[in-house]
Amino acid sequence: MHVTARENKKNESKVVFKMSSDENNTNVEKTEEAPPVPEFENPLANLILKKFPSATIAFANTDRTRVNVSKEEIIQTASFIRDELHFDHAESVSGVDYPDEKQIEVVYHLGSYDDPSLSKQILTLATRVPREDNPHPGNDSTKLSSLYEIFPSVAFHERECFEMLGVYFEGNPDNRRLLLPEDWADIPPLRKDFDIKGR
Amino acid sequence: MSAKLPPGLQLEKVDDRIMTLNVGPQHPGSGHMRIIIKVDGDYIVHTDPDPGYVHRGEEKMAEYRNYITNIPHLERPVIHDSCNILYPYCLGIEELLGLEVPERAKYLRVIAAELNRCVYIQYWLAIYGIFLGHSTMFMWPTGDRELLIDLLEKMTGARVTHAYFVPGGIRNDVPPNFEDVCLRQVNYFEKRIKEYADVFYDNPILISRTRDTGVLSREDAIKLGTTGSVLRASGVDFDIRKKEPYDVYDELDFQSPTLKEGDSYARSKIPWLDMLESCRIIREALKKMPKSGSVRVKLKPKPKGGDTEIYRRVESGRGALGMYIVSKGKPQPYRLKISVGSFRNLIAMPHLLTGEKLGNMPAVYWSLNYWPVEADR
Repeated sequence: MHVTARENKKNESKVVFKMSSDENNTNVEKTEEAPPVPEFENPLANLILKKFPSATIAFANTDRTRVNVSKEEIIQTASFIRDELHFDHAESVSGVDYPDEKQIEVVYHLGSYDDPSLSKQILTLATRVPREDNPHPGNDSTKLSSLYEIFPSVAFHERECFEMLGVYFEGNPDNRRLLLPEDWADIPPLRKDFDIKGR
Repeated sequence: MSAKLPPGLQLEKVDDRIMTLNVGPQHPGSGHMRIIIKVDGDYIVHTDPDPGYVHRGEEKMAEYRNYITNIPHLERPVIHDSCNILYPYCLGIEELLGLEVPERAKYLRVIAAELNRCVYIQYWLAIYGIFLGHSTMFMWPTGDRELLIDLLEKMTGARVTHAYFVPGGIRNDVPPNFEDVCLRQVNYFEKRIKEYADVFYDNPILISRTRDTGVLSREDAIKLGTTGSVLRASGVDFDIRKKEPYDVYDELDFQSPTLKEGDSYARSKIPWLDMLESCRIIREALKKMPKSGSVRVKLKPKPKGGDTEIYRRVESGRGALGMYIVSKGKPQPYRLKISVGSFRNLIAMPHLLTGEKLGNMPAVYWSLNYWPVEADR
């Protein structure tokens, strides 16, 4: 279910990252030259890859890094990011629906207030959970371990992700509805198969 | 009573000591949201914020419209701060399409964003004043706000909901005598808001109501991921304009005000100090701005992005405002996530209100600089 290093390398060759300046392009080229452990200019990417060889770095620009991990590894990775890399809060938790791949991606944007050297950095931690065509939010396989114990700031963001995409976060103390009406009886609205009426 | 209830309904056990209060959603003291509060005598023992009454599905709507037609509806969550909510979106689209913004447009954007920040803060300050029973503090900011609204009307053509920022610059240039009018109005505005100190911030009644109520420690502010004035009132110096400067903020000289106390008083004072800094920024930007030049890059109709993703953030009136744009090579975004300061500060509400006296609720709630419409999106 997850993008392996080789597949990711293949993707990178066609993906054009416009995230930052020229340094970025050299990064992408470097990864192509030196598999299986590519060296990134951003030290955060190297540290994570050294600790979790199965994780993939989607991109590592000067101030934005994206790490894809499997859903089993997300707790360990997040603990490592908090304890060793000193990221201390989550800015947002987004869910992205990929119906063709039968997966839902959960993306955590992590930042740091305490460490001034990291204040420009946003670490994107992404994982994927299986997606079911007939969702029963909370009672199907679309489940993920909550990062509430590691980053308490995700509490309300995960609640929103649960109601909007149907991803149940195990370990979040509060998994009730947040923004949708109490009598909402349709599928989670941010899934791609939920259409806006009249379009 | 053993009558059978319909499925899904259950009788609530009523405690004779703990009472449940619904603050909102119709009560103006909570904005368009509800806070379910449990009180034991005079003290709040449990707080459960319940937003969502003004949820409009902006993120879903954005997936159906192209990058340009998204602009007018994306500013609706905060019409008083519409430039700042469009700012990260435009920065993101520029990065996506590889656009270079003209120098004059960068300065005009900063001026518009700072004017908008003041307009928002004035509106918030008026509500904060009236809910603490200070009628003068409702009248003065509402009146002085008109000065800046007039300026923004001259710039953009609309009092609120400007839709002024577009990817690649701004919609139109300012009228010929704008610089002089702007400087005069901003100088007068600054003189006016300095008087707020005498009537409001040095007022012993306000101080006694807000000092040491709802204290948020530095550690908790960081742990809970709060942002903006809430974070800076707790002693964390974190302002996106300083830490990750966008457009021309790195060329301008300003401070980001920080206080250490972390109580409601500090939280209510930070936005006011922000306004004073905004006046400085506007004056300096007017001086440094190129006097002529283009203000907009011409775009192809329905521009398409690559297969990539972008996360950009700015400092709005309520803290960091981030936009996460996932592009899949179509004219529409595949996913657009708006991460707003109000929603991030929501978590501080149960943390601060629990254990407070009920009478302190308005002081704590409004000091969080919370805008329900923005939080719901």
